[in-house]
Amino acid sequence: MHVFSDPANRAVYLSSFLLILKLTGAAGVIALVFGVVLAAMRVSPVPVLRGFGTAWVNVFRNTPLTLIIFFCYFGLFVNLGVTYSDDDIDLNNFWLGVTGLAAYTAAFVCETVRSGINTVPAGQADAARALGMTFGQTLRLVVLPQATRSVVAPFGSILIALAKNATIVGTIGVLESASVMRQLINDNGDAVIPIFLVFAGTFVALLVPTGYLFGWLAKRLAVRR
Amino acid sequence: MSSVLYDVPGPRARRRNRLLTALCTLALLAVGLYVYRRFDARGHWDAAKWQPFGTAGLWRDFIIPGLVQTLSAAAAGMVLALAFGVVFAVARLSDRWWLRVPAGAAVEFCRAVPLLLMIFFVFYGLPFVIEAPVPAFWAVVTGLTLYNGSVLAEAFRAGINAVPRGQSEAAYAIGMRKGQVLRYVLVPQAARAMLPVIVSQLVVLLKDTALGYIIAYPELLERGVNEVAANHGNVVAAALVAGALYICVNGGLTLFAGWLERRTRRSGRTTARPVRVPDAPTAAV
Repeated sequence: MHVFSDPANRAVYLSSFLLILKLTGAAGVIALVFGVVLAAMRVSPVPVLRGFGTAWVNVFRNTPLTLIIFFCYFGLFVNLGVTYSDDDIDLNNFWLGVTGLAAYTAAFVCETVRSGINTVPAGQADAARALGMTFGQTLRLVVLPQATRSVVAPFGSILIALAKNATIVGTIGVLESASVMRQLINDNGDAVIPIFLVFAGTFVALLVPTGYLFGWLAKRLAVRR
Repeated sequence: MSSVLYDVPGPRARRRNRLLTALCTLALLAVGLYVYRRFDARGHWDAAKWQPFGTAGLWRDFIIPGLVQTLSAAAAGMVLALAFGVVFAVARLSDRWWLRVPAGAAVEFCRAVPLLLMIFFVFYGLPFVIEAPVPAFWAVVTGLTLYNGSVLAEAFRAGINAVPRGQSEAAYAIGMRKGQVLRYVLVPQAARAMLPVIVSQLVVLLKDTALGYIIAYPELLERGVNEVAANHGNVVAAALVAGALYICVNGGLTLFAGWLERRTRRSGRTTARPVRVPDAPTAAV
C-alpha cells in the first residue's frame, strides 16, 4: 500500500471523492426540484406542458450521459458560450458537469414521481373530493403523503446511480475519482490492484449502506393497503 | 380526463385550462426562440455545419461504422450480462452457503462500483497485471457485463422469489430435481415478470457503450461526433445528430419490449396467473 502512504496521493484521493459528493449533492438537489416540476407538467391538465414533460423525459432518458456531458462542455460552453465562471476553470467545469447530470437525472426523478402519484388509488381522491376538500387540500392531505412514501426506494436508487454517474464528469477535466484512479494507475504500474480495490471499496462503503438505508426507510414508510 | 388528481373538468375549469394552454404555449415559444437566436448568433444554423450530413461519405466513413461498433459492443454486452445475471441470481439462491455468499458479495460489489471505474481498471490497470494490452472493445464489454449483469441478477432474484411457492412445490411433487424446477418452472415465469426491468436495463447498457468514447473505442460518440466535428467544425450539429440516433435506437428497443410484453401476456400456454413482484427493483441508470 505504498501508494497511499504518500500524503500527496492521499490528498488527491480524498479530494476526488469530495468532488463526487459535491457533484452528487448539487446535481441531486437541482434534479429533485426540476424533476418534480417536470412531473407536475406531465400530470397537468395543460396539453402543451404535458408534451414538453414527455419530450424532456424521452430525450434525456434515451441519450447517453456521456454524450450529454460532452455536449455540456463542447456544445454549451465552447460553442454556445454558456459560462459559469470566467476566471476559475475548475469551477466552470464543475457546474457544466452539474448541469448535465441534473438535466439527465431530472428525467428519472420525473418518472419516479409520476409513478408514485399513480400508485395512489383514484378512490382516495374521489373520497377526499366527496368530503368537500379543495384541490390543494386533496393534494396536500391525501395524495402527496401517500405518493411520497412510495417513491422512497426508487429515489434511493436514483441517488446511488447519480453518485456513480458523477464519475463521467471526469471527461470534462473535473478531477473526480475515476480520473484520479487512472492517473494513479499510470504512475504506479506495480500497485494496480490495491489502487482499484481502494477506489472501488470506497464506493462500496459509501453506496451499499446508502442502499440498505433507503430500503429500510422504504419498508418503514410503506403504505399498508 | 379524470385521474387521482383531477375531476372531469367543468366549463369553468375548461376555460381556465384553455387560458393556461395559451400562456404556456407563449412561454415555451419564447424559450424556443431564445435558444434558436442563441444558436443563430454563433452560426450553428449555417448550411456549412449541416451540409456534411447530407453527404453519403460522412455516413459511410464515420456514422455507420460508429453505430456498428456501438451495436456490436452492446450486443456482446447484452448476451454476456444476461448470462451473468442468470448464473449469479441462481447462485445467490443456492442452498450451499459457499456458493450463495460469494455470489452475493460479487453482485453487491459490481452494483456499487461505477462502470467507468471498472472500464478504467480493465483498460489501464489490467495490462500491467497480465502484461498484455486489453483491446478497448473488451474493456467496454467486460465493464458492461459485470455492472449490468449484477443489476440483472438482482432483478432475476426478485422475480424468482416472487413466483408463488405452490409452483415450485408442485414441481418438486411431480419429481423434478432442483435444477429442473429452476429451469422449467421458476426462471421462465420470473423472466416474464421481470421483462420490463430487463429491457430497461438493456437500454441502459446500450447507452453506456458511449463510455467507450473515453477510452477511444471507436463507437458512435467517438466517430460520429468527435471525429466528424474535428473534420467539419460542427460539434453542436454532430452531437444533435448522434443524440437523435441514440434516441431512435433506444426508442426502438423500448417499442420492441412493449410488443414482446403484450405478446407474452397474450400467449395462453399456462393457466398460472402472471407473477406479480411486490417491490420490483427498478433499472439502475
